[in-house]
Amino acid sequence: MIRLQNIRLNYADKRVLDGLTLDLSANGITCLHGPSGCGKTTLLRLIAGLAVPDSGTVTGLPKKPALLFQEDRLLPHLAAEENIAAVLPKHRIGEARNWLAKVDLAADANLRPRELSGGMRRRIALARALAYGGDFLLLDEPFTGLDTALTKRMAWLIRETGVPALVVTHARDEIALLGGRVLEVSGLPLRIL
Amino acid sequence: MKTSTLLDNKWIRAALALAVWLLVWEGLARWVNITLLLPGPVIVVQTLAELLGSADFRTATGFSLLGVLTGFLIGVAAGSLLAWLTWASRLADALFSPLLRLVRTAPVASFIILALIWLTSRTVPMVIAALMVAPILWSSTKTAIEETDPALLEMAKAYRFPAWQRFRLVYLPQILPQWTAACATAMGLAWKSGIAAEVIAQPRPAIGTNLYRARLFLNTEELFAWTVLIILLSFLLERLFIRSMAGLGRRYAA
Repeated sequence: MIRLQNIRLNYADKRVLDGLTLDLSANGITCLHGPSGCGKTTLLRLIAGLAVPDSGTVTGLPKKPALLFQEDRLLPHLAAEENIAAVLPKHRIGEARNWLAKVDLAADANLRPRELSGGMRRRIALARALAYGGDFLLLDEPFTGLDTALTKRMAWLIRETGVPALVVTHARDEIALLGGRVLEVSGLPLRIL
Repeated sequence: MKTSTLLDNKWIRAALALAVWLLVWEGLARWVNITLLLPGPVIVVQTLAELLGSADFRTATGFSLLGVLTGFLIGVAAGSLLAWLTWASRLADALFSPLLRLVRTAPVASFIILALIWLTSRTVPMVIAALMVAPILWSSTKTAIEETDPALLEMAKAYRFPAWQRFRLVYLPQILPQWTAACATAMGLAWKSGIAAEVIAQPRPAIGTNLYRARLFLNTEELFAWTVLIILLSFLLERLFIRSMAGLGRRYAA
Protein backbone atom coordinates (compact mmCIF):
# COMPACT_ATOMS: atom_id res chain seq x y z
CA MET A 1 0.00 0.00 0.00
CA ILE A 2 1.36 3.41 -1.01
CA ARG A 3 0.37 5.85 1.72
CA LEU A 4 0.58 9.63 1.36
CA GLN A 5 -0.16 11.63 4.47
CA ASN A 6 -0.71 15.35 4.63
CA ILE A 7 1.55 16.04 1.63
CA ARG A 8 2.43 19.60 0.72
CA LEU A 9 4.35 20.25 -2.47
CA ASN A 10 5.06 23.44 -4.38
CA TYR A 11 6.07 23.38 -8.02
CA ALA A 12 7.02 26.48 -10.06
CA ASP A 13 5.75 28.76 -7.27
CA LYS A 14 2.37 27.01 -7.21
CA ARG A 15 0.99 24.88 -4.40
CA VAL A 16 0.21 21.68 -6.28
CA LEU A 17 -0.43 19.41 -3.31
CA ASP A 18 -1.79 20.90 -0.11
CA GLY A 19 -2.34 18.48 2.73
CA LEU A 20 -3.11 15.55 0.40
CA THR A 21 -3.80 12.24 2.13
CA LEU A 22 -4.25 9.20 -0.07
CA ASP A 23 -3.93 5.41 0.11
CA LEU A 24 -3.14 3.70 -3.19
CA SER A 25 -3.59 0.00 -3.61
CA ALA A 26 -0.46 -1.89 -4.63
CA ASN A 27 -2.66 -4.29 -6.57
CA GLY A 28 -4.51 -3.85 -9.87
CA ILE A 29 -4.95 -0.69 -11.90
CA THR A 30 -5.97 2.69 -10.51
CA CYS A 31 -7.01 5.40 -12.97
CA LEU A 32 -6.47 9.00 -11.98
CA HIS A 33 -9.10 11.04 -13.80
CA GLY A 34 -9.30 14.81 -13.74
CA PRO A 35 -8.82 18.04 -15.68
CA SER A 36 -5.49 19.23 -17.10
CA GLY A 37 -3.16 21.07 -14.76
CA CYS A 38 -4.67 19.84 -11.51
CA GLY A 39 -1.48 18.15 -10.29
CA LYS A 40 -1.86 14.56 -11.53
CA THR A 41 1.60 14.48 -13.10
CA THR A 42 3.15 15.88 -9.92
CA LEU A 43 1.52 13.06 -7.95
CA LEU A 44 3.02 10.53 -10.38
CA ARG A 45 6.47 12.15 -10.05
CA LEU A 46 6.15 12.03 -6.27
CA ILE A 47 5.42 8.30 -6.32
CA ALA A 48 8.24 7.76 -8.83
CA GLY A 49 10.65 9.43 -6.41
CA LEU A 50 11.39 12.29 -8.81
CA ALA A 51 9.70 14.93 -6.63
CA VAL A 52 10.22 15.42 -2.92
CA PRO A 53 7.34 16.79 -0.78
CA ASP A 54 7.90 19.99 1.18
CA SER A 55 6.14 18.35 4.12
CA GLY A 56 4.15 15.23 4.96
CA THR A 57 5.06 11.55 4.90
CA VAL A 58 5.15 9.02 2.10
CA THR A 59 5.42 5.30 2.84
CA GLY A 60 5.29 2.12 0.81
CA LEU A 61 6.74 3.62 -2.35
CA PRO A 62 7.46 1.07 -5.08
CA LYS A 63 11.05 -0.18 -5.14
CA LYS A 64 11.32 -0.09 -8.93
CA PRO A 65 8.66 2.16 -10.47
CA ALA A 66 8.37 2.25 -14.29
CA LEU A 67 7.35 5.73 -15.36
CA LEU A 68 5.86 6.65 -18.72
CA PHE A 69 6.25 10.42 -18.93
CA GLN A 70 3.63 12.71 -20.42
CA GLU A 71 6.15 13.42 -23.20
CA ASP A 72 7.83 10.45 -24.90
CA ARG A 73 11.38 11.37 -23.81
CA LEU A 74 13.00 8.95 -26.25
CA LEU A 75 16.74 9.22 -26.86
CA PRO A 76 16.84 11.00 -30.24
CA HIS A 77 20.04 9.37 -31.55
CA LEU A 78 18.92 5.80 -30.80
CA ALA A 79 16.73 3.58 -32.98
CA ALA A 80 13.35 2.37 -31.67
CA GLU A 81 14.75 -0.99 -30.53
CA GLU A 82 17.80 0.64 -28.90
CA ASN A 83 15.53 2.99 -26.95
CA ILE A 84 13.85 0.01 -25.32
CA ALA A 85 17.13 -1.90 -24.88
CA ALA A 86 18.60 1.14 -23.08
CA VAL A 87 16.47 0.43 -19.97
CA LEU A 88 17.13 -3.32 -19.94
CA PRO A 89 19.98 -5.11 -18.19
CA LYS A 90 22.51 -6.78 -20.50
CA HIS A 91 21.04 -10.28 -20.18
CA ARG A 92 17.56 -9.01 -21.20
CA ILE A 93 18.54 -6.81 -24.18
CA GLY A 94 17.16 -9.41 -26.61
CA GLU A 95 13.67 -8.76 -25.22
CA ALA A 96 13.58 -5.29 -26.81
CA ARG A 97 12.50 -6.70 -30.17
CA ASN A 98 9.70 -8.74 -28.56
CA TRP A 99 8.35 -5.61 -26.92
CA LEU A 100 8.46 -3.79 -30.25
CA ALA A 101 6.40 -6.62 -31.73
CA LYS A 102 3.90 -6.33 -28.88
CA VAL A 103 3.28 -2.68 -29.77
CA ASP A 104 3.11 -3.53 -33.51
CA LEU A 105 6.38 -1.81 -34.40
CA ALA A 106 8.71 -4.75 -35.13
CA ALA A 107 9.18 -3.50 -38.70
CA ASP A 108 10.33 -0.09 -37.45
CA ALA A 109 13.04 -1.34 -35.07
CA ASN A 110 15.82 0.58 -36.83
CA LEU A 111 14.06 3.92 -37.18
CA ARG A 112 15.00 6.87 -35.01
CA PRO A 113 12.34 8.88 -33.14
CA ARG A 114 12.32 11.74 -35.68
CA GLU A 115 11.44 9.21 -38.40
CA LEU A 116 8.37 7.99 -36.48
CA SER A 117 4.90 9.47 -36.04
CA GLY A 118 3.68 10.75 -32.67
CA GLY A 119 1.60 7.62 -32.10
CA MET A 120 4.53 5.33 -32.92
CA ARG A 121 6.81 7.23 -30.52
CA ARG A 122 4.14 6.92 -27.82
CA ARG A 123 4.00 3.16 -28.27
CA ILE A 124 7.80 2.88 -28.05
CA ALA A 125 7.79 4.93 -24.85
CA LEU A 126 5.03 2.67 -23.49
CA ALA A 127 6.92 -0.47 -24.55
CA ARG A 128 10.02 0.90 -22.78
CA ALA A 129 8.06 1.41 -19.55
CA LEU A 130 6.49 -2.04 -19.71
CA ALA A 131 9.77 -3.75 -20.67
CA TYR A 132 11.64 -2.13 -17.78
CA GLY A 133 10.35 -4.76 -15.38
CA GLY A 134 9.17 -2.35 -12.70
CA ASP A 135 7.09 -3.41 -9.71
CA PHE A 136 4.64 -0.52 -10.25
CA LEU A 137 3.61 1.22 -13.47
CA LEU A 138 3.12 4.98 -13.45
CA LEU A 139 1.60 5.89 -16.81
CA ASP A 140 0.92 9.51 -17.68
CA GLU A 141 -1.64 9.64 -20.50
CA PRO A 142 -0.38 6.46 -22.19
CA PHE A 143 -2.74 6.61 -25.18
CA THR A 144 -1.97 10.11 -26.49
CA GLY A 145 -1.97 10.11 -30.30
CA LEU A 146 -3.34 6.55 -30.65
CA ASP A 147 -6.49 5.61 -32.55
CA THR A 148 -9.26 3.54 -30.97
CA ALA A 149 -7.95 0.15 -32.15
CA LEU A 150 -4.42 0.83 -30.91
CA THR A 151 -5.72 2.25 -27.63
CA LYS A 152 -7.65 -0.99 -27.05
CA ARG A 153 -4.58 -3.06 -27.87
CA MET A 154 -2.26 -1.03 -25.62
CA ALA A 155 -4.81 -1.12 -22.75
CA TRP A 156 -4.95 -4.89 -23.10
CA LEU A 157 -1.13 -5.02 -23.04
CA ILE A 158 -0.99 -2.96 -19.83
CA ARG A 159 -3.57 -5.23 -18.17
CA GLU A 160 -1.77 -8.34 -19.40
CA THR A 161 1.47 -7.45 -17.61
CA GLY A 162 -0.35 -7.93 -14.31
CA VAL A 163 1.82 -5.22 -12.73
CA PRO A 164 -0.06 -2.78 -10.45
CA ALA A 165 -0.45 0.60 -12.14
CA LEU A 166 -1.50 4.18 -11.60
CA VAL A 167 -2.71 5.63 -14.91
CA VAL A 168 -3.38 9.30 -15.55
CA THR A 169 -6.11 9.86 -18.12
CA HIS A 170 -8.66 12.42 -19.30
CA ALA A 171 -10.89 10.02 -21.21
CA ARG A 172 -13.66 7.93 -19.65
CA ASP A 173 -13.53 5.31 -22.42
CA GLU A 174 -9.85 4.68 -21.59
CA ILE A 175 -10.85 4.04 -17.96
CA ALA A 176 -13.39 1.50 -19.17
CA LEU A 177 -10.71 -0.25 -21.23
CA LEU A 178 -8.25 -0.40 -18.34
CA GLY A 179 -10.76 -1.41 -15.67
CA GLY A 180 -9.87 -1.19 -11.99
CA ARG A 181 -10.40 1.58 -9.50
CA VAL A 182 -11.06 5.21 -10.49
CA LEU A 183 -9.87 8.21 -8.52
CA GLU A 184 -11.63 11.40 -9.55
CA VAL A 185 -9.50 14.45 -8.86
CA SER A 186 -9.66 18.20 -9.34
CA GLY A 187 -7.50 21.18 -8.43
CA LEU A 188 -5.30 23.13 -8.16
CA PRO A 189 -4.16 22.13 -5.46
CA LEU A 190 -5.09 18.52 -6.18
CA ARG A 191 -8.13 17.19 -4.31
CA ILE A 192 -9.61 13.71 -4.32
CA LEU A 193 -13.33 13.97 -5.06
CA MET B 1 13.61 32.93 -63.28
CA LYS B 2 17.08 32.26 -61.95
CA THR B 3 19.29 30.47 -64.46
CA SER B 4 22.08 28.17 -63.38
CA THR B 5 25.62 29.35 -64.08
CA LEU B 6 29.15 28.14 -63.46
CA LEU B 7 29.08 30.21 -60.25
CA ASP B 8 26.56 27.77 -58.74
CA ASN B 9 29.45 25.35 -58.17
CA LYS B 10 31.22 26.22 -54.91
CA TRP B 11 34.57 24.82 -56.12
CA ILE B 12 34.49 26.99 -59.23
CA ARG B 13 33.56 30.01 -57.07
CA ALA B 14 36.48 29.27 -54.72
CA ALA B 15 38.91 28.78 -57.64
CA LEU B 16 37.78 32.04 -59.22
CA ALA B 17 38.20 33.95 -55.95
CA LEU B 18 41.69 32.44 -55.51
CA ALA B 19 42.63 33.37 -59.09
CA VAL B 20 41.45 36.97 -58.57
CA TRP B 21 43.50 37.40 -55.35
CA LEU B 22 46.57 35.77 -56.94
CA LEU B 23 46.27 38.20 -59.84
CA VAL B 24 45.96 41.15 -57.43
CA TRP B 25 49.05 39.89 -55.57
CA GLU B 26 51.04 39.45 -58.81
CA GLY B 27 49.93 42.89 -59.99
CA LEU B 28 51.00 44.52 -56.71
CA ALA B 29 54.35 42.68 -56.76
CA ARG B 30 55.05 43.90 -60.32
CA TRP B 31 54.03 47.43 -59.37
CA VAL B 32 56.32 47.47 -56.27
CA ASN B 33 58.99 45.63 -58.31
CA ILE B 34 61.24 44.91 -55.29
CA THR B 35 61.27 41.23 -54.27
CA LEU B 36 62.66 42.15 -50.86
CA LEU B 37 59.46 44.10 -50.10
CA LEU B 38 56.82 42.00 -51.89
CA PRO B 39 57.72 38.83 -53.81
CA GLY B 40 55.16 37.69 -56.41
CA PRO B 41 53.21 34.41 -56.11
CA VAL B 42 55.33 32.66 -58.75
CA ILE B 43 58.60 33.24 -56.82
CA VAL B 44 56.92 32.23 -53.58
CA VAL B 45 55.65 28.97 -55.11
CA GLN B 46 59.13 28.27 -56.51
CA THR B 47 60.68 28.89 -53.07
CA LEU B 48 58.02 26.70 -51.46
CA ALA B 49 58.82 23.89 -53.92
CA GLU B 50 62.53 24.18 -53.02
CA LEU B 51 61.64 24.10 -49.31
CA LEU B 52 59.45 21.02 -49.73
CA GLY B 53 62.41 19.12 -51.15
CA SER B 54 64.81 20.04 -48.35
CA ALA B 55 65.62 17.92 -45.29
CA ASP B 56 65.32 21.01 -43.12
CA PHE B 57 61.68 21.35 -44.14
CA ARG B 58 60.84 17.79 -43.13
CA THR B 59 62.51 17.97 -39.72
CA ALA B 60 61.14 21.46 -38.98
CA THR B 61 57.60 20.52 -40.03
CA GLY B 62 57.78 17.22 -38.13
CA PHE B 63 58.96 18.96 -34.96
CA SER B 64 56.33 21.72 -35.16
CA LEU B 65 53.49 19.30 -35.96
CA LEU B 66 54.47 16.99 -33.11
CA GLY B 67 54.75 19.82 -30.59
CA VAL B 68 51.52 21.55 -31.58
CA LEU B 69 49.50 18.33 -31.86
CA THR B 70 50.75 17.09 -28.48
CA GLY B 71 49.86 20.46 -26.96
CA PHE B 72 46.46 20.34 -28.67
CA LEU B 73 45.69 16.87 -27.28
CA ILE B 74 46.81 17.85 -23.76
CA GLY B 75 44.68 21.01 -24.00
CA VAL B 76 41.62 19.06 -25.22
CA ALA B 77 41.96 16.49 -22.43
CA ALA B 78 42.58 19.11 -19.73
CA GLY B 79 39.80 21.45 -20.95
CA SER B 80 37.24 18.63 -21.20
CA LEU B 81 38.11 17.20 -17.77
CA LEU B 82 38.05 20.64 -16.16
CA ALA B 83 34.62 21.27 -17.71
CA TRP B 84 33.21 18.20 -15.93
CA LEU B 85 35.04 19.03 -12.72
CA THR B 86 33.92 22.68 -12.57
CA TRP B 87 30.36 21.64 -13.47
CA ALA B 88 30.22 18.91 -10.82
CA SER B 89 31.97 20.70 -7.96
CA ARG B 90 31.38 24.25 -6.76
CA LEU B 91 34.78 24.23 -5.08
CA ALA B 92 36.51 23.23 -8.32
CA ASP B 93 34.46 25.88 -10.15
CA ALA B 94 35.60 28.56 -7.68
CA LEU B 95 39.20 27.40 -8.01
CA PHE B 96 39.60 26.83 -11.75
CA SER B 97 37.03 28.97 -13.59
CA PRO B 98 38.69 32.35 -12.83
CA LEU B 99 42.05 30.87 -13.79
CA LEU B 100 40.76 29.58 -17.12
CA ARG B 101 39.06 32.92 -17.86
CA LEU B 102 42.35 34.65 -17.11
CA VAL B 103 44.27 32.37 -19.49
CA ARG B 104 41.64 32.97 -22.17
CA THR B 105 41.91 36.76 -21.97
CA ALA B 106 45.65 37.26 -21.29
CA PRO B 107 47.86 37.95 -24.36
CA VAL B 108 49.61 34.88 -25.72
CA ALA B 109 52.96 36.72 -25.91
CA SER B 110 53.00 37.16 -22.11
CA PHE B 111 52.61 33.41 -21.64
CA ILE B 112 55.31 32.62 -24.20
CA ILE B 113 57.83 34.90 -22.50
CA LEU B 114 56.93 33.58 -19.05
CA ALA B 115 57.15 29.99 -20.29
CA LEU B 116 60.60 30.74 -21.70
CA ILE B 117 61.78 31.62 -18.20
CA TRP B 118 60.55 28.34 -16.74
CA LEU B 119 60.84 25.85 -19.61
CA THR B 120 63.22 24.82 -22.38
CA SER B 121 62.67 26.37 -25.79
CA ARG B 122 61.67 22.97 -27.24
CA THR B 123 58.73 22.50 -24.81
CA VAL B 124 57.42 26.09 -24.94
CA PRO B 125 55.33 25.70 -28.18
CA MET B 126 53.64 22.54 -26.85
CA VAL B 127 52.79 24.16 -23.51
CA ILE B 128 51.51 27.33 -25.18
CA ALA B 129 49.31 25.33 -27.59
CA ALA B 130 47.85 23.40 -24.62
CA LEU B 131 47.28 26.65 -22.70
CA MET B 132 45.40 28.21 -25.62
CA VAL B 133 43.28 25.10 -26.29
CA ALA B 134 42.21 24.22 -22.72
CA PRO B 135 40.05 27.33 -21.98
CA ILE B 136 38.18 26.99 -25.31
CA LEU B 137 37.38 23.33 -24.65
CA TRP B 138 36.53 24.05 -21.02
CA SER B 139 34.09 26.84 -21.86
CA SER B 140 32.30 25.03 -24.74
CA THR B 141 32.09 21.66 -22.98
CA LYS B 142 30.81 23.18 -19.74
CA THR B 143 28.13 25.15 -21.59
CA ALA B 144 27.08 21.99 -23.46
CA ILE B 145 26.88 19.99 -20.21
CA GLU B 146 24.75 22.71 -18.62
CA GLU B 147 22.44 22.78 -21.65
CA THR B 148 21.83 19.01 -21.69
CA ASP B 149 18.09 18.33 -21.97
CA PRO B 150 16.73 18.12 -18.38
CA ALA B 151 13.80 15.99 -19.57
CA LEU B 152 16.16 13.29 -20.85
CA LEU B 153 18.24 13.51 -17.67
CA GLU B 154 15.08 12.97 -15.62
CA MET B 155 14.17 10.01 -17.82
CA ALA B 156 17.66 8.56 -17.18
CA LYS B 157 17.12 9.08 -13.45
CA ALA B 158 13.68 7.45 -13.53
CA TYR B 159 15.08 4.39 -15.33
CA ARG B 160 18.14 4.38 -13.06
CA PHE B 161 20.80 4.59 -15.77
CA PRO B 162 24.25 3.94 -14.27
CA ALA B 163 26.66 6.91 -14.47
CA TRP B 164 28.50 5.56 -17.53
CA GLN B 165 25.25 4.90 -19.42
CA ARG B 166 23.95 8.36 -18.50
CA PHE B 167 27.15 9.86 -19.91
CA ARG B 168 27.14 7.75 -23.08
CA LEU B 169 23.43 7.96 -23.93
CA VAL B 170 22.36 11.39 -22.63
CA TYR B 171 25.31 13.73 -22.17
CA LEU B 172 27.64 12.62 -24.98
CA PRO B 173 25.18 13.03 -27.91
CA GLN B 174 24.26 16.51 -26.67
CA ILE B 175 27.84 17.61 -25.96
CA LEU B 176 29.50 16.19 -29.06
CA PRO B 177 28.47 18.84 -31.67
CA GLN B 178 29.69 21.74 -29.51
CA TRP B 179 32.79 19.82 -28.42
CA THR B 180 33.74 19.01 -32.04
CA ALA B 181 33.24 22.63 -33.13
CA ALA B 182 35.38 23.82 -30.20
CA CYS B 183 38.12 21.32 -31.14
CA ALA B 184 38.16 22.57 -34.74
CA THR B 185 38.48 26.21 -33.57
CA ALA B 186 41.08 25.24 -30.98
CA MET B 187 43.10 23.33 -33.58
CA GLY B 188 43.63 26.52 -35.62
CA LEU B 189 44.47 28.49 -32.51
CA ALA B 190 46.92 25.84 -31.26
CA TRP B 191 48.72 25.92 -34.59
CA LYS B 192 48.93 29.74 -34.70
CA SER B 193 49.98 30.13 -31.07
CA GLY B 194 52.44 27.22 -31.32
CA ILE B 195 54.16 28.82 -34.31
CA ALA B 196 54.16 32.21 -32.54
CA ALA B 197 55.83 30.51 -29.56
CA GLU B 198 58.43 29.01 -31.90
CA VAL B 199 59.16 32.44 -33.39
CA ILE B 200 59.92 33.79 -29.90
CA ALA B 201 61.45 30.66 -28.30
CA GLN B 202 63.56 29.67 -31.33
CA PRO B 203 63.70 25.90 -30.86
CA ARG B 204 65.64 24.02 -33.52
CA PRO B 205 64.47 22.79 -35.97
CA ALA B 206 61.00 24.35 -36.19
CA ILE B 207 58.79 26.21 -38.67
CA GLY B 208 58.59 29.28 -36.42
CA THR B 209 62.39 29.41 -36.08
CA ASN B 210 62.77 29.25 -39.89
CA LEU B 211 60.16 31.98 -40.22
CA TYR B 212 62.12 34.20 -37.83
CA ARG B 213 65.44 33.47 -39.60
CA ALA B 214 63.91 34.32 -42.99
CA ARG B 215 62.89 37.71 -41.61
CA LEU B 216 66.29 38.21 -39.95
CA PHE B 217 68.15 37.62 -43.24
CA LEU B 218 65.55 39.63 -45.20
CA ASN B 219 64.69 36.53 -47.21
CA THR B 220 61.14 37.73 -47.92
CA GLU B 221 60.23 35.04 -50.47
CA GLU B 222 61.15 32.35 -47.91
CA LEU B 223 59.13 34.22 -45.27
CA PHE B 224 56.13 34.12 -47.62
CA ALA B 225 56.77 30.47 -48.51
CA TRP B 226 56.84 29.40 -44.82
CA THR B 227 53.68 31.46 -44.20
CA VAL B 228 51.89 29.75 -47.10
CA LEU B 229 53.00 26.41 -45.69
CA ILE B 230 51.67 27.30 -42.20
CA ILE B 231 48.30 28.25 -43.71
CA LEU B 232 48.15 25.06 -45.80
CA LEU B 233 49.04 22.85 -42.83
CA SER B 234 46.50 24.62 -40.62
CA PHE B 235 43.79 24.09 -43.24
CA LEU B 236 44.81 20.45 -43.71
CA LEU B 237 44.82 19.71 -39.96
CA GLU B 238 41.38 21.24 -39.52
CA ARG B 239 39.93 19.28 -42.48
CA LEU B 240 41.50 16.05 -41.21
CA PHE B 241 40.04 16.60 -37.77
CA ILE B 242 36.55 17.40 -39.06
CA ARG B 243 36.66 14.33 -41.31
CA SER B 244 37.76 12.01 -38.50
CA MET B 245 34.93 13.34 -36.32
CA ALA B 246 32.26 13.02 -39.03
CA GLY B 247 31.63 9.31 -38.33
CA LEU B 248 31.18 9.96 -34.63
CA GLY B 249 28.86 12.87 -35.40
CA ARG B 250 26.65 10.66 -37.60
CA ARG B 251 26.47 8.01 -34.87
CA TYR B 252 25.14 10.51 -32.35
CA ALA B 253 23.03 12.68 -34.66
CA ALA B 254 19.33 12.88 -33.79
